[in-house]
Amino acid sequence: MNIEELIQITDGKLLTKSSDLTRMIKGGCGADLMSDVLASIQPDAVLLTGLCNPQVVRTAQMSDVAAIVFVRGKNPPVETISLADKEGIPLISSPFGMFELSGRLYTAGLPSFERSISEI
Amino acid sequence: MKGQFPKFNMPNTNSKQHKPRFKGKIITDELAGNITRVEELAYILKISDVMTSNVKTMQPNNSMRDVLNTLSEFQFSGVPIVSNGQKKLVGLISTEDLIKCLAIQDLNASVQKYMSTNLVTANSFDFLTEALKLFAKTKVGRLPVLNENRDLVGIITKGDVNNGLLHALETEYQEEEVRRYRASHLFEDIESARSSLILRYNIANYDFTSGGEASSQIKRALLRLGANAQLARRVGIAIYEAEMNLIIHTKNGGSIHVEIEPKQISVYVWDNGPGIKDVKQALQPGFSTATEEIRELGFGAGMGLVNISRCVDKMDLQSKWGYGTHLTMKIFLEGEDIVGEGYHKNKENENVT
Repeated sequence: MNIEELIQITDGKLLTKSSDLTRMIKGGCGADLMSDVLASIQPDAVLLTGLCNPQVVRTAQMSDVAAIVFVRGKNPPVETISLADKEGIPLISSPFGMFELSGRLYTAGLPSFERSISEI
Repeated sequence: MKGQFPKFNMPNTNSKQHKPRFKGKIITDELAGNITRVEELAYILKISDVMTSNVKTMQPNNSMRDVLNTLSEFQFSGVPIVSNGQKKLVGLISTEDLIKCLAIQDLNASVQKYMSTNLVTANSFDFLTEALKLFAKTKVGRLPVLNENRDLVGIITKGDVNNGLLHALETEYQEEEVRRYRASHLFEDIESARSSLILRYNIANYDFTSGGEASSQIKRALLRLGANAQLARRVGIAIYEAEMNLIIHTKNGGSIHVEIEPKQISVYVWDNGPGIKDVKQALQPGFSTATEEIRELGFGAGMGLVNISRCVDKMDLQSKWGYGTHLTMKIFLEGEDIVGEGYHKNKENENVT
C-alpha cells in the first residue's frame, strides 16, 4: 500500500505539501503515547494517533514512520504541520476513529507493527 | 525524492476525477497544499532551463530534398525554419509536411511551399508550467522557443520537460549526497591518536515545542557521517527518549553531549535535579511518575528508559534524589556501521532495517 492508497482507504485529507505519495507503507501502529510508538514500531509504518502536538512528528522522524494519520477528523496545529513539511513526513486527517481506521487498514492487508511489552 | 517518478497529471486523491488539476484555477492555500514537488518545480524552472538550445535550423529557400536528408540524418521529426541569415522564426517543417511532399514527388520544391507558418511558440523566460499548458492545449509535440527579442533560441519537447524535471530532482538529491560524502570521510582527513567529534546541546525543561530538535540534529549528523539507517534510528530513539526525560522531569533542563568516534558513540545526559528516587523501579517497563498533564501530551508511558536500554549497547544510570541524574549510553560500531571513515556501504544497506 502506498500513501496515495492510504489516503483513499482512510477517506483522508493530506495536510502537508511536497510529500512523495508513492512511498510504500509496510505496516501500522496506533498509539497516543509516544514511547509506546518508539518501543514497538518498525520502519515504514503508518502511525494512527489522536495526539496532535509536534512531538508526534519528532517521534515519527526518529522511528522512520512513513505517514501519520490523525483520527476522528482532528487537525493538528500549524507547528506540527510546518515541522512535518520540513521533515518530509506526510500528515493525513481522517474522519474515522482509531478503531475503524485500524479495521479498514488491517482488512486492506496492512499488518500490525505493534509488539507486546514482553517482546521488547 | 526517490522512488517512482510521478506523472504530471497526478491522480487526484479523489480517484474519480482525472481533470487537469490547476486548469483556470486560482491557487488557493488548500490547493497549494496538494502540489507535489514535481508540480512545484514546474513553477520554479524556466523554459530556458530545460529546452534544447543549439537547434538545427533550415531556411525557406532550402529544398524539400534538403529536409529529407536532414530529418533522416539527425532523426528529427521537425526542424524550425528561420529567415535567411537571421534568427527570426518563420515556420516549422515536420515529417508530416515531408510525407505530403513525397506523395506527389515534389522534392525539388522549396521549404517555403510546405512549411507550416501558423505556429505556437513558447517564451524562454516563462516558467515551465506555461509550456505544459501549451502542450496540453495544442496537442503539439514540440514548441519553438523565442527570447525577449523574438529570436529563436531553442526548442522544447515533452521529453525535454521530463528530463529537466528529473535532472532537477536528482540535483536536489545530490546536494545531500555531497554533504554526506564530505562528512563521511571526516576522520580519514584528520590525524590524531584518537579523533572524535563532540556535539553539545542544552535542553530547556518543559519545552514541548522544540523538544526533539537535538535528537533530530544528531540523527541527521550521523546519517551524514555515513551511519546506516538502522544505526541512526537506534541512536536517534535513545537520545530522543533521554531528551524528552530532560524536558518532562527536570527542574532546570539539562545538557546532552554526544561524542562520535569511528567505532563508538558515547552519549552523556546530565541534569541537576530533582533526581530519581528509586532507579531500579524507574527501569521497570510501564513505571512512570509523569502527571496526567504530561500523559495528555503523549508522554509518560513508562517505556522511556526501557527503550533506551533496548537501543544502546551499554547504559549506565546514576541518580541521587535532590541532586540530579547522569545517564551514559554507549553504542559500539563494527564493520559497516563505522562512521566517518569512508562511504563504503552500498545503497542497499541504507534500506536494511
